[in-house]
Amino acid sequence: MTDMLTPVLTDTWDAESSWRLDTYLAHGGYEGLRAALAQDPSDIVQLVKDSGLRGRGGAGFPTGMKWGFLPPPDGGPRYLVVNADESEPGTCKDIPLMLASPQHLIEGVVISSYAIGCHHAFIYVRGEVLHVYRRLLAAVQEAYDAGYLGTDIQGSGFDLEVTVHAGAGAYICGEETALLDSLEGKRGQPRLKPPFPAVAGLYARPTVVNNVESVASVPGIVAKGADWFASMGTEKSQGHGLFSLSGHVTRPGQYEAPLGITLRELLDLAGGIRAGHELKFWTPGGSSTPIFTAEHLDIPLDYESVGAAGSMLGTRALQIFDETTCVVRAVSRWTDFYAHESCGKCTPCREGTYWLKQILHRILDGEGQPGDIELLLDLCDNILGRSFCALGDGATSPITSSIQYFRHEYEAYISGTATPPDPRLATLFDDEPQAPAAHAGAGGR
Amino acid sequence: MTATTDRHTGQPVETVTCTIDEVEVTVPKGTLIIRAAEQVGIEIPRFCDHPLLEPAGACRQCLVEVSMPDREGNLRAMPKPQASCTMTVTPGMVVKTQRTSAVAEKAQEGVMELLLMNHPLDCPVCDKGGECPLQNQAMKNGRATSRFSDVKRTFPKPIQVSSQVLLDRERCVLCQRCTRFSEEIAGDEFIALQERGAQQQVGRFDEQVLDFAPPCGGHHGADEGASGPVSDGPADPALASSLRASGPVDIPLGIAQPDASGQPFASYFSGNTVQICPVGALTGASYRFRSRPFDLVSAQGIAEHDACGSAIRVDHRRGKVMRRLAGDDPAVNEEWITDKDRFAFTWQSAPDRITTPLVRTDGELRPASWVEALEVAAQGLAAARDDGGVGVLPGGRLTVEDAFAWSRFARTVLGTDDVDQRARVHSVEEAAFLAHGVAGTGVGVTFGDLEAAPAVLLAGLEAEEEAGVTFLRLRKAARAGTRVFSVAPFRSRGLARLDGTLLPSAPGTEADWLSTLATQAAGDLVPAGADRETLEDVAGALSQEGAVVLVGERLAGAPGAYTAALRLAEATGARIAWIPRRAGERGGVEAGLLPGLLPGGRPLHDADAREQVAAAWGVDPEALPQSTGLDLDGILDALSVGQLSGALVGGVELADLPDPEHARRALGAARFVVALEVRRTEATELADVVLPVAPPVERAGSYWNWEGRVRPFAQALDSSALPDHRVLDALAAQLDVDLGAAEPLAAHWAIAAFGAWTGPRADAPVTGASEPPAVGTGTAVLASWHLMLDDGALQDGEEHLAGTAKRPVARVSAVTAAGFDVFDGDLVTVSTDRGAITVPVAITEMVDHVVWLPTASRGCRIHDDLGARPGEPVRIAPAEKGVDA
Repeated sequence: MTDMLTPVLTDTWDAESSWRLDTYLAHGGYEGLRAALAQDPSDIVQLVKDSGLRGRGGAGFPTGMKWGFLPPPDGGPRYLVVNADESEPGTCKDIPLMLASPQHLIEGVVISSYAIGCHHAFIYVRGEVLHVYRRLLAAVQEAYDAGYLGTDIQGSGFDLEVTVHAGAGAYICGEETALLDSLEGKRGQPRLKPPFPAVAGLYARPTVVNNVESVASVPGIVAKGADWFASMGTEKSQGHGLFSLSGHVTRPGQYEAPLGITLRELLDLAGGIRAGHELKFWTPGGSSTPIFTAEHLDIPLDYESVGAAGSMLGTRALQIFDETTCVVRAVSRWTDFYAHESCGKCTPCREGTYWLKQILHRILDGEGQPGDIELLLDLCDNILGRSFCALGDGATSPITSSIQYFRHEYEAYISGTATPPDPRLATLFDDEPQAPAAHAGAGGR
Repeated sequence: MTATTDRHTGQPVETVTCTIDEVEVTVPKGTLIIRAAEQVGIEIPRFCDHPLLEPAGACRQCLVEVSMPDREGNLRAMPKPQASCTMTVTPGMVVKTQRTSAVAEKAQEGVMELLLMNHPLDCPVCDKGGECPLQNQAMKNGRATSRFSDVKRTFPKPIQVSSQVLLDRERCVLCQRCTRFSEEIAGDEFIALQERGAQQQVGRFDEQVLDFAPPCGGHHGADEGASGPVSDGPADPALASSLRASGPVDIPLGIAQPDASGQPFASYFSGNTVQICPVGALTGASYRFRSRPFDLVSAQGIAEHDACGSAIRVDHRRGKVMRRLAGDDPAVNEEWITDKDRFAFTWQSAPDRITTPLVRTDGELRPASWVEALEVAAQGLAAARDDGGVGVLPGGRLTVEDAFAWSRFARTVLGTDDVDQRARVHSVEEAAFLAHGVAGTGVGVTFGDLEAAPAVLLAGLEAEEEAGVTFLRLRKAARAGTRVFSVAPFRSRGLARLDGTLLPSAPGTEADWLSTLATQAAGDLVPAGADRETLEDVAGALSQEGAVVLVGERLAGAPGAYTAALRLAEATGARIAWIPRRAGERGGVEAGLLPGLLPGGRPLHDADAREQVAAAWGVDPEALPQSTGLDLDGILDALSVGQLSGALVGGVELADLPDPEHARRALGAARFVVALEVRRTEATELADVVLPVAPPVERAGSYWNWEGRVRPFAQALDSSALPDHRVLDALAAQLDVDLGAAEPLAAHWAIAAFGAWTGPRADAPVTGASEPPAVGTGTAVLASWHLMLDDGALQDGEEHLAGTAKRPVARVSAVTAAGFDVFDGDLVTVSTDRGAITVPVAITEMVDHVVWLPTASRGCRIHDDLGARPGEPVRIAPAEKGVDA
């Protein structure tokens, strides 16, 4: 069963002091860098293109193609910015990765920077995860001390400075242009595109913004080849990826597997739904992706299949909810999140989430009115595709998809006949208390 | 302007053809969809979009459906509606607006419903009601009813951003027009978006939000309410912090929210944000709750406060002006005006308006009939003319029609060339410069030329203070790459916002830079010790095609500067333009309101010129004055010693003159004085006959702005008040002279009677620079210019505006301050034998041994209080010591 797993980024998580450079080196760390520095940068860009690596931050844009969008060098600076502002509800892959094996990311940063001609890279870490920020700072220092960062890296003549920047805790700063504004010291709000970051990004210079997992996947591709990477996954969704299982599952945690694995297979690895319960609904890629139900258990978790089934692969944040969960309540909580995190720049998201939140609270409080479901759907239609960035779109996903699958639960609230389960049953501390299984480390092992 | 030629270069530009609502339209490449739609008369609703601001895409009101051909030429629809204010048209694009697309219509209705959801819908009590884009577009493009039955977000209100502008956050739709204007156009980043989600708001400086430490000396007034000035006294923390800021800091007199840098907000352009606000979120204190737009009658006007000739709209109701707005004139002021142009209009209806002619009997002025007053005035002037002569001081605020009438009256009725419109520091060199290089040159450098110029040099001109709209156009140019240089004693906040380079110069020595630059540009040997690198850089920049030298009227106080400026223009090929401060001065130069100068740039001593003028005026050439007359100083001197007998005075404030005390005694000594004035002034109090004239709003006329552009305006209010030219015409008639200026049209045509002057121009001035005065211990050289908002008579009666004026300070360098043992914020006394001014000191990075004071601010009038002119030495000492001495 565990042969379905392909531990690459998670390979050393169970090692003693896995976050130390020594541990990383002992497990073959920085071999990718050595191989990369011996090649022409353009060959590495081609290699990453050939590997089929797609952005692991949610959108799934081919990483090599993104690098290829940079204009030819003009003598001025170009930047690599690593998006480590992991904030999507349910998503917990980059933070454990940086905690357990930060050198993976740093090696990826050096190789990626070398490939795109960047001499100053930035890692934008979500500010709330102070422990990760500290570990990353220490890891970067270790890399400097060992000559993997700084001037003349490993005698190659290549120079790279890395700045680790802690954000201030805004979901919107995970949007790449808002992240750039925030990194520049401004208020994080998405920028108008074009110009795209590849043309005018950080400080109006050509910039690549990549997710942590994308960048961390590069060393393996360079060390083991594009074919090795492409041998995993499906035809159009290649390679390994971190699947984060959370919620009502026996062994929550990060499972690294080829893209295209199914939730049924992942649940088998994770010991199934918690004992005595059954799956009610789940998110394939965080709260911004439309929910699935038990009927979607066998959908291959790759970009195309999930999309064809009406959702998005997103960040592979699989939040599992059993029958103790009231879907209206869960959606209301998510909507509170979006209303709180809407940056306020555009009307549909700013005003729409504010209104959606009130309607859902009203329904939950038994004050729903006939027509509220249609109102919710129509408001979602007026937000989806009308807002400035994808945050507004994401806010509508849980509402429209939950009405699609659980319309009767909404109707029951509105008609006053709802019999929601006791919320305490959905907690992990009131219903057969279990020790949380997922600390930083190898879930599923 | 056609759609296919560039405005500045006239070169054809690449065009794109697309289809909007089945109408084909061809527009220049790079045109936004929303603009292209306007070209074919299709109006897409919008809030954040503004043609003069960079696209934001924030409100999402302008969503349309867009299809574009793919590589094979098949039309492919974009999956989502697109914001037409951020997307440029592409060849073959097909756009469907709300008129032809149900998707676009529903998207727009959806956004409109969301915008109205948290809006208070208090239209019946809102200033904007009746002219509100939100109201209008909600009626046109919104749902008939709202489905929102939940709880609205509320804010305490209003926030008093300054004494003049108030912010109601509940009405705000967060379009960011005001914040973008402040950042992109004015460069006063005083308000910014804060918080997020539904709590996002146009915010003020908030230490808690921004996590700033309070400025030293305590908290600075963020929540003091409308209870008065932010603070008083010498040790003002905001003043003290001017050292730490990147440049000079200006503090307003009245209450003001701190701006984005934590300093009290000071802007001369904030009124524009009230006008471009698409809802009633920003309101002006003086207009708030005063009237409804549908009760107002609008008239097109031209602002009378500076020489820019900004188009304005005058809104009045029942014979009273309620407000003024910026007019839309792309060639001149675009859509912006200064706060002075917008808010300072109450002077025209001030309580001290003169409504009937006044005649002095037994030492007292008493109301008289026009018949009597004209008769007394005419007899008195005729007697004075025959008894030594009459000096003519028309002032610098006349319309061109009036200026020509004054010029003709002086030359034909009074037979004198003793005429000078300049009520300020002036020089013979300046008169020669104007006669040689300005008069009769028509439209020269334009606002558009400034925008297109690679480099602009300012000399004797603080653009933001003395020509506000010109500053905005320079800023637009600078943001697009124009380099700005300024010969001045310090890098003002205005120059800093132009990203300008200071060529440091003590007042009176401006000629040094100009002349050395000219030498450098001509390839001659520059003096040893000169800053060669800067000289090469500046001279090189000014030698580029299209470069401009802008000189201000203050160069009259710098001997040799006008001469050197002409040399510099010649050596570099840069074009030169003269920007005076007052609205009438350029027109006055055209009319010949200077000694030695006849209309249209005709020299008094040129026989052909005299011939032409005499023909136009219907007199014998021999009857025109034979010799060059006296200028302002000369006229006042002659009056005081009795060489001149009488004076004919227009809109002249004696306190504005270089030596007010001398002027008062001179007019007091004159045997007969006639004054034409709108309001009672010091001059009318010294007059024997006072003839009331109409303020701009009660008459038609035209100004010539500094470009040389004619700026006609119509009469806004019904009035029985007469313009100057009609009064002069009637006065001339008493002396059997037909001035041909009885009617506005006749007065206007009288100008056209002069064709272009093609004869030899007056000689260029040849004046050498003079040595700066020696500064001994306890003295410094005085530098000064007028602040835009100060103690000027044309700002009377508008206290809200006055609250945004900058607090007078004395600026000195740290070295200079150390010599007097004063610290930043201490009170210092600047004095002469005549008098003293005590103000706080602001340590500024500037030329040493120079002290800068505002020319005519409240409690700080250098001419009146000190009898001093810029460039002269003054004493400076800490206030206590100054008092003891």
